[in-house]
Amino acid sequence: MSSPTLPIDEAACAEEPPANAAIVFEDVYLSFEDNHVLRGVSFRLPFGETKALFGVAGAGKSTILKLSLGLLQPDSGRITVLGNEVSSMREQDLFPMRGRLGMVFQESALFDSLTVRENVAFRLIEEHGVYDDEADRRVREALRFVQLEHTLDMFPSELSGGMRRRVAIARAIITQPELLLYDSPTGGLDPVTSNTIVDLIMKQRDVYKTSSLLVTHRLQDAFTMATHQFDKQTNQVRALPRGQYCDVPMSFLVLRDGRVIFDGDVRRLAHTRNEYIREYIS
Amino acid sequence: MQLTSPTEFAKQKIQSVQDYTLLAVQAVANLFRKPLYVGDMVQQADVIGVGSLPIVVLTGFFTGGVLALQTANTLQRFGSITLIGQLVSTSMVRELGPVLTGLMVAGRNSSGMASELGSMVVTEQIDAMRALGTDPMKKLVTPRVTATVFMLFFLSILSDLVGLAGGLMVAKLFLSLDARQYWSNAWQVLVFQDVFMGLLKPTLFGFIIATIGCYYGITARGGTQGVGRATTQAVVAASVLILVTDFFVTKLLISVLSYK
Repeated sequence: MSSPTLPIDEAACAEEPPANAAIVFEDVYLSFEDNHVLRGVSFRLPFGETKALFGVAGAGKSTILKLSLGLLQPDSGRITVLGNEVSSMREQDLFPMRGRLGMVFQESALFDSLTVRENVAFRLIEEHGVYDDEADRRVREALRFVQLEHTLDMFPSELSGGMRRRVAIARAIITQPELLLYDSPTGGLDPVTSNTIVDLIMKQRDVYKTSSLLVTHRLQDAFTMATHQFDKQTNQVRALPRGQYCDVPMSFLVLRDGRVIFDGDVRRLAHTRNEYIREYIS
Repeated sequence: MQLTSPTEFAKQKIQSVQDYTLLAVQAVANLFRKPLYVGDMVQQADVIGVGSLPIVVLTGFFTGGVLALQTANTLQRFGSITLIGQLVSTSMVRELGPVLTGLMVAGRNSSGMASELGSMVVTEQIDAMRALGTDPMKKLVTPRVTATVFMLFFLSILSDLVGLAGGLMVAKLFLSLDARQYWSNAWQVLVFQDVFMGLLKPTLFGFIIATIGCYYGITARGGTQGVGRATTQAVVAASVLILVTDFFVTKLLISVLSYK
């Protein structure tokens, strides 16, 4: 994979009218006691698009993912996910809605007393009550997707950090969710493993057209995703020629002190005059 | 160390009681909502019930034995040594069997539940479960509560039985009493109220052990140190609550069943 660079010599993509959105945040506020984490956050994630969330530690990136899942409730504002207003739903009603989403946690959050097979099949076993041949086929398929089919009967403690992250991706995608949420999927990993995971995220985006929200600290991962595409024919990631970046369904959102200071595509990000963002991406 | 104002302290305690009550109510209400995790219940019954068998049997046996040893001297002074079977029987069935079994199981399983669930909380496994569309209250709490209530009931009966056997061993080996007379006295002295009290208590204690263990586990905060703290607090709270509940239940049953 070639090293990504910011496409500063290109004009921004033409603005399209807002399509139906997988996620809509409207003026969302959230505080933990005296700590104001989100202060009026608003954004939309159109269907099929991947949006990378940037910001320094404590800017509220992971909180946005947890709010999208309904794991946290906002103090005020409205959050709509796949047409459901999660900010006003009861916990009991959120469980069926969460079945349409997939989440990859920062530290993988695999169930340590279950094998890889049971972790990946967790959702299928919950739905059907048994681990049958069909479940086995889908587990193997999901693990093949992340190139970890040989780890079926291993426990999470026997895997490396990168392998755990890939198993978490397999667990998230096994039911082909309509929306995927990634919380720092490449955080703390070596560059080779990070690239593998970025490739998997791109594959999910370009092959299955899954909408996703991606929290990351690694700018190069997001720029790679904005300038590359997964080629289904060759089963490989390829760099797009300049001028075709608008074909990639990828956007960026930058948070600062709980507020959105940028929301747009890679070229608008490259052309921004905001000093803070320029310093952040430099 | 930062000092907490009395108002803040009181608010925190009331909040804890409220959260615990909600957890306890939900644990029971989930029995009437699908899905019912029967497999998890059986697995927990094995861990809690079968796993606790050795300590319950040993505790029951030696408690019955020491009860016979301690009371033999007094009974001999009044020429009533033959009543030792009655004494061991009523003490074990009404009081010592359920309470000591409860305390043993609390020490073993409240801590186990608090540390297991606490570890799941701090490693985001509980959040992951919720994110995967599974209710942790149904999947983790209700099976543990059901299994503990069910198994403590039978463990208490077993404890009573081996306690009587312990008393018999002392009566036979050290006091040279007739085994048949011991069993006959021990059996005949028991009335409905004794048995009812002896079976109601473990049911309540089982509920306390599991709900307290799960509550401290689910509310654990602050990494491994927080899990350790939750584990200790769960054992202390469950043990104290068992003894306090025992007193009030005994008083209530004595009044309601009008028996002495």
